[in-house]
Amino acid sequence: MTENKFDSNLTKKVDKQTTSALLYLDGISVSFDGFKALNELSFIIEPGEMRAIIGPNGAGKTTMMDVVTGKTRPDTGEVYFEAGTHDLSKLDETEIAGLGIGRKFQKPTVFDMHTVEDNLLLALKNDRGVRAALLWQSSSPQEKRIDEVLDTVRLKGLRSRIAGSLSHGQKQWLEIGMLLAQEPKLLLVDEPVAGMTDAETQQTAELLKEINRTKTVVVVEHDMHFVRELGVKVTCLHEGSVLAEGTIDQVSTNDRVVEVYLGR
Amino acid sequence: MKSHPLIRLLDRGATLFLVLLAAFAITIPVLNLLVPDGSALHVSTYFVALFGKYICYGLLALSIDLIWGYVGILSLGHGAFFALGGYAMGMYLMRQIGSRGVYANPILPDFMVFLNYSELPVFWYGFNHFAYAALMVLLVPGLLAFVFGWFAFRSRVTGVYLSIITQAMTYALLLGFFRNNFGFGGNNGLTDFKDILGFNVQADGTRNSLLVISCLMLAICFLLCRAIVTSKFGMVLVAIRDAESRTRFLGYRVEAYKLFVFTVSACMAGVAGALYVPQVGIINPGEFAPANSIEAVIWVAVGGRGTLTGAVLGAFVVNYAKTFFTSGFLAPYWLFMLGGLFIGTTLLMPRGIIGTYNAWRSKRAEALEENAKSAAKEDGSMPSASAAE
Repeated sequence: MTENKFDSNLTKKVDKQTTSALLYLDGISVSFDGFKALNELSFIIEPGEMRAIIGPNGAGKTTMMDVVTGKTRPDTGEVYFEAGTHDLSKLDETEIAGLGIGRKFQKPTVFDMHTVEDNLLLALKNDRGVRAALLWQSSSPQEKRIDEVLDTVRLKGLRSRIAGSLSHGQKQWLEIGMLLAQEPKLLLVDEPVAGMTDAETQQTAELLKEINRTKTVVVVEHDMHFVRELGVKVTCLHEGSVLAEGTIDQVSTNDRVVEVYLGR
Repeated sequence: MKSHPLIRLLDRGATLFLVLLAAFAITIPVLNLLVPDGSALHVSTYFVALFGKYICYGLLALSIDLIWGYVGILSLGHGAFFALGGYAMGMYLMRQIGSRGVYANPILPDFMVFLNYSELPVFWYGFNHFAYAALMVLLVPGLLAFVFGWFAFRSRVTGVYLSIITQAMTYALLLGFFRNNFGFGGNNGLTDFKDILGFNVQADGTRNSLLVISCLMLAICFLLCRAIVTSKFGMVLVAIRDAESRTRFLGYRVEAYKLFVFTVSACMAGVAGALYVPQVGIINPGEFAPANSIEAVIWVAVGGRGTLTGAVLGAFVVNYAKTFFTSGFLAPYWLFMLGGLFIGTTLLMPRGIIGTYNAWRSKRAEALEENAKSAAKEDGSMPSASAAE
């Protein structure tokens, strides 16, 4: 099957190999009932990069994530992962997660009825098959890995708490912890600081920077202070396409961006 | 999750359940066979068959709880798998009648002679062998569930839509089995059974044996369910129930998990049906009626969804109530009572009997812990180290 796909995409593949991009989006359009959520969206994420994506409501940030993670199929355009090796527009959510793309939702989504520890256990990188899950045994390397993640996301003392009883901020962190446990190559993080206190926002920025040392991260965020805190390249979306790209200072002084945000 | 698998498998509730089930399986036959007729402790054969029937209903409820309670698949057509298992057993029992039927045809069951069949339909072949019939009891419901589930789960049909198509499935089978030319005895179904594995189905010994075997199968299936829900597989099931797309984005193939557990559940329902038929002496298309499947869901709701033991308890309680009320002057009002019971459970006790009990117990345990903590605080020792952590 893979053999075949390679053949038919041979020309494209060579084309994509000219870029070393981890994530490559070119001319992506998606419309819902005539509304163009994404309009010829193109951008590139290099391996090891951290990128902040900003934009007003309805700019297409979440739709972009849906396209990358396989939840929504693009009407036109190309999405490639790992220097053009994987065509994401042909894979489903499970396959894309298996390739190493992890996603944190806008609204923190953890398994409420499971403990913090079990949430991480479910996320740990291992065989996702039915048989493996039936025959699963706990092991000390897994326990150790869970300890590490708990340390990173600062939830060590809450190990055996039911996830549903965590505070909003703690759920956000647990979800980031689940992403880490997955050991993805690319993390897509949708509004990680929504509803957090200033102190929590600060801590989250540090956490993401720490994660970025080993992994590529894309953060979608509204909070400009937070984006400034991250200090990374910023892409501003508007009406489904890229409006501006550069440092936070460049983007925030861009006339078009000011116009869009302030509605002048 | 760190405890030994066997301890996880047999927690307090599960052990208690198995002990009670074993006591039941021993007591009833002893009181029926060994205690003399006149004694106050004597259990009549009528009750042995009745309890045997309840156990089969308990097994059906267990199979529904496995998918509804743990994965959130609300099947309103599980009666179909139950009935298919029942028909497979019924076909074996029909073939055992041989030339003792009204028409004394050594091969063809009575209804086929009556409908002018010249030879046995191909799909009846092999049912004279018990092993083959037993295989079909698992295979037919399992295969139907697999094919049905494969299409439904792959297309991501969930929630109320899935419930509706399961209803449609059992209703379609009901209509099919009602037809004479379908080859399963039409609206009369299969009945007049004589013996099973050479034993007279009407004999007291056989009835008691069937009760014990039903209890044994219930225990085995219960342990199977416990093994499934206490494994990591079970954790994934609950994860799917509570946040399906999250589970998908973690890389789990949700439809494969659902398909596996749905098929296992259908096989269990088939076994329940197969044990039911020799004990009640008849299987007819009425078993496919959507109302039956819905009633089975009510048993689970009353007993406590997602508890396994609750499902069996619910099947017992509701069916005992049914037997009690439908045999007196209240009989015409039974369906109102059943409806009222369902509404009452949903409004007043949404967790069911066992669920409510469990919640009460954990609340009490929490309160005790809280008390112990505040008592320790008053002592002045260790100002709540665990809370500061």
